[in-house]
Amino acid sequence: MKPQQVQKLAFGIITTSAALVVIPIVLVILFIIVKGIGALSWTFLTAVPQNGMTEGGIMPAILGTMILTLGTAIVCIPLGIGAAIYLAEYARDNRLSRWVRLAIINLAGIPSIVYGLFGLGAFVLFLNLGTSIIAGSLTLGIMTLPVVISTAEEAILAVPQEFRMVSQSLGATRWQTIRRQVLPHAMPGIITGIILGLSRAAGETAPILFTVAAFYLPNLPRSASDQTMALPYHLYVISTQVPGMPLSIQYGTALVLLLLVLSLTLVATLIRTRMRRRRDW
Amino acid sequence: MNPKISAQNVFYTYADGTEALRNVSFDIDSNQIFVLFGPARSGKTTLLRLFNRLSDLTEGGSYLGTILFNGQNIFERGVNVTDLRRRIGMVFAVPTPLPGSIRDNLIYGLKMAGIRSRSILDERVERSLKQAALWDEVKDRLDTSAFALSGGQKQRLCIARSLALEPEVLILDNPTSGLDPLSTGMVEDTLHELKRRYTIIMVPHSVQQAARVATCAAFMLDGELIEVGDAKQIFGNPQDQRTEDYVTGRFG
Repeated sequence: MKPQQVQKLAFGIITTSAALVVIPIVLVILFIIVKGIGALSWTFLTAVPQNGMTEGGIMPAILGTMILTLGTAIVCIPLGIGAAIYLAEYARDNRLSRWVRLAIINLAGIPSIVYGLFGLGAFVLFLNLGTSIIAGSLTLGIMTLPVVISTAEEAILAVPQEFRMVSQSLGATRWQTIRRQVLPHAMPGIITGIILGLSRAAGETAPILFTVAAFYLPNLPRSASDQTMALPYHLYVISTQVPGMPLSIQYGTALVLLLLVLSLTLVATLIRTRMRRRRDW
Repeated sequence: MNPKISAQNVFYTYADGTEALRNVSFDIDSNQIFVLFGPARSGKTTLLRLFNRLSDLTEGGSYLGTILFNGQNIFERGVNVTDLRRRIGMVFAVPTPLPGSIRDNLIYGLKMAGIRSRSILDERVERSLKQAALWDEVKDRLDTSAFALSGGQKQRLCIARSLALEPEVLILDNPTSGLDPLSTGMVEDTLHELKRRYTIIMVPHSVQQAARVATCAAFMLDGELIEVGDAKQIFGNPQDQRTEDYVTGRFG
């Protein structure tokens, strides 16, 4: 074959594989929408489950997932950004940074059910937090840390070195340089990582199974030490544990969870493009 | 008169073992344009970055020796490095505005030093731009992005940005490397104006530029100082054969 033909063939294969990636996501979304759209109504979104959860709405689960996502953010954002700044700016290669890196790799590889068991042992029982929003948020937060740390570190390292040199040559301290030059420019990347991590946490079932999720709890949580319902666990429950559950409610719940996660991703994309447009070098 | 800066037996080794400076000693007097010249990799930039301890940013590098600034060893414990960098300004080879407006760039160092007064900031902006011969070109657009300026304007902005801190010494590391001849001329003219108030240390773009702007000069080769002295002598009647070969263009 001539080089031009090889080139065409290679390009064709690459394009096809790229296009194939789109198919599963489109199919999943379409399937859930078609099956679930019928269940969506104002009542479904705002009412509590009734009659053994076979009627009414899923409002406590929606709210619970939002609260847990917020709790996860509170745990993983400061820890994650702090660790990323340490790794990228202060300690490029020392004993502590090697340990932290090893920890991140291992944290990222742990199955989510193991996080759930760890949360049960460490937060629920050992710290005696009980099955509570705080225990669930801590568990989800730790699970989300590796994503936040590695994306934030990458974003920080991508800030041109000249900005650090110029800033410090003008008498700025190291911290002022990080605060005024490095973080603002790394922020789109950092936020993207945070939101992607959060959207994964919002959809996880296993970590909240033993730490926070309630089977059925029509009352909304009043404090961080209460249990709460959550969408992924609710979906698991109504799909496997409740006999005679209408399919439309199951797919409706799945659709709401999907929309919640997709809207988080959308927000991430919007923030990134807006911040990118604002910088002008 | 005491020298402004005095390097005494300075050695510098990078993390990979490269010996960038070997036993370099010389004095720089006030109100000079002191030019450090020599072929690539002779240690000029390494030396410049020791003067304001920007070398601290390079991991794993190690120095030996003493550098006195106004008689005080800058490597001594307890030296305020941020204060040192305010008093020894630096301009880099590539014009590097910080993201933000022209004004943001000029007041950055002052703000980091804790100066908030609008009147002081405004006054410094105007004065430093005038000193860097940029005021007339940008006075009507101080709040527009610094990245919209031309290459030569950017570099004069960087000079002005250092001057806004009212330093005692201004270090310029090949400041005209990316500039066209016209802009280069403007920067060089600016330097002549500035030497009345500041001590200028500069790595030039070429031997020709060194000869044009220098009042004092030092020739460096492979991390060693070969010859230092009055510009007229270095470029007109060098004592060392290697200096003469380089100045007359026989190598480099």
